[in-house]
Amino acid sequence: METKNVINIKNLVKRFPVGKDYFTALQNVNLKLTEGEFIGLVGPSGSGKTTLLNIIGGLDSATEGSVSVLGNSMDNTSHNERAIIRRKYMGFIFQSYNLLPVYSVFENVELPLILNNIEKSEREKKVSQAIEWVGLSDKKNSKSADMSGGECQRTAIARAIVHEPALLLADEPTANLDAKNSHNIMKILSKLNSEISTSFVFATHDEKIMGYLRRIIHLEDGKIINDEKISKLESL
Amino acid sequence: MLFNIAIKNLFGAKLRTSLNVFVTSISFFLVIFVSGMYDGMREYAKNITIETEVAGGTYWHREYDSMDPRTFENSHSIIPNQIKKLIDQKYAFEVLVSQASIYPNGRIMPVVMKGITPDQTIINMPTNVLNQHNDITIPVLIGSGMAKNANLKIGDSFTIRWLDADRTYDADEGTIVHIMETENFKLDLGHIWIPISKAQSMLAMKDQATYVTYDKDLEVIKDIEDWIHHDVDYMIRDMEAMIKADEPGAQVMYSILLALAAMGIFNAQVLSIFGRGKEIGTLMALGMTRSRVVTLFTLEGGLNALLSSVITLIMFGPVLFYFGREGIPLPMDYTEMGMLVAKRLIPVYSFSLIVSTTILISIIVLIVSYIPSRKITKMKPTEALRGRAAV
Repeated sequence: METKNVINIKNLVKRFPVGKDYFTALQNVNLKLTEGEFIGLVGPSGSGKTTLLNIIGGLDSATEGSVSVLGNSMDNTSHNERAIIRRKYMGFIFQSYNLLPVYSVFENVELPLILNNIEKSEREKKVSQAIEWVGLSDKKNSKSADMSGGECQRTAIARAIVHEPALLLADEPTANLDAKNSHNIMKILSKLNSEISTSFVFATHDEKIMGYLRRIIHLEDGKIINDEKISKLESL
Repeated sequence: MLFNIAIKNLFGAKLRTSLNVFVTSISFFLVIFVSGMYDGMREYAKNITIETEVAGGTYWHREYDSMDPRTFENSHSIIPNQIKKLIDQKYAFEVLVSQASIYPNGRIMPVVMKGITPDQTIINMPTNVLNQHNDITIPVLIGSGMAKNANLKIGDSFTIRWLDADRTYDADEGTIVHIMETENFKLDLGHIWIPISKAQSMLAMKDQATYVTYDKDLEVIKDIEDWIHHDVDYMIRDMEAMIKADEPGAQVMYSILLALAAMGIFNAQVLSIFGRGKEIGTLMALGMTRSRVVTLFTLEGGLNALLSSVITLIMFGPVLFYFGREGIPLPMDYTEMGMLVAKRLIPVYSFSLIVSTTILISIIVLIVSYIPSRKITKMKPTEALRGRAAV
């Protein structure tokens, strides 16, 4: 069976202005990701992994090169076009969860579906299912202030997958969690990856979760120095 | 969709919404209250003139000019028949005006002596007290301001000197029978009031008068010989002119109040929106377009203004109603300064004041919701996600 190209990056360069000079965050990055992959962008702080993730997600734009996500060119697209691509085809998980504090778990998870104009009855069904996937059915009316870090991150995962995106981008999803919660989160994400066709891209330098990744792209000083495919899952 | 999210955001963030709504409500209240006081002050001056002086309007002798005492000597004649009929039916009363001098405590004071129908009930003035003193040569009613200036009290007697119709000076003893509290200084300062019959007899002007004041809601008489009719509008024209001249001042004051309110709202709203930079970044990451984010936050501002007007009504409505009915006591008596200012000021909250204030404050809230959210959405989503929005 032919696998679909989810991400296609060619000769990507990203520079940030620093005073009168520029800081090059990414240089000559080439990357392809196919449907259903579970990859990690790994490297020390400042290696460019979050920048790469942001460019893939359309939150930032490339200085040079071309980026195509799910067949949509991200070059020369407007903010609105990128927002629509994110809304329809992508899910985000952030290091600090980024839950809306005034919303309950249910309402936070429901938000991407509201933005996609999904009918209320279908929304309720999908949100309940997503909350059940992450094991928070008993907390659906709780707010983030009343939950642990692990529960908040599980809520963020439910929010990221509720509209069944083609691509899920996670920026240091376990950085604020202890070992037990980190493993729980990764188990949930691995299980989801095997059940749905969503492709996962992690930006991480957390050693604890390396074992879950099926492809590890090592970044250093804005360059890909190694692209490693893992044949066997270690922790599942 | 955005409306539902805005409602959820508004009612979900209890503390933030409470603070914003409270600041906006206070602004609503202060602008309406202070402007209402100002309007009340101006309205009062007009009303007090009508209630105590003008009633439905007046018929003047053609020579009479209330602002020019030199006209008083010649401004009297027999009252025209049609007007006399009104007086007989108690729909009007007559006043005879002349210059006089009084000598209280050995001093000489020029005054305007006015003879008035004691049993009139058309204007708010206790003239009936002049009826109850047949044993007194000339019963005199004065205002408290005049009493204070001349150092007079009830029962005090003094000489009154006047020029009668035969151009002869005459004098007799007047006695204070009542000191009235009036907020219309034009009835008080430099005035003495005596019964009309006494004035006509003293001045040798039997059945004559200078002007006649008639009750409200009466038709104007056409056949008044050579007398002149002045309606309420004419009689309060100086008040209206004063109010009109004061309008730029009132507008400046209203603008200052509104600017102060706007600063309070701006502070609360801007801080609240800039504090939500991360939330805006998250919404953008989830796929909300910039324009929708701006619309959402502006909508929240609009709902905030709407909620604030309801809260103002509930929280400050009774306060405004109380002061609107009971008034506010002023610390000093302004009548001595020649100002028609009530001792208790009753604020007037006109429909136009409430509507214009509500519209203007709502516009301010919308603007201060729109500008910062627009500024944040112009940032890179990555910056907003880090909560790096800066005022």
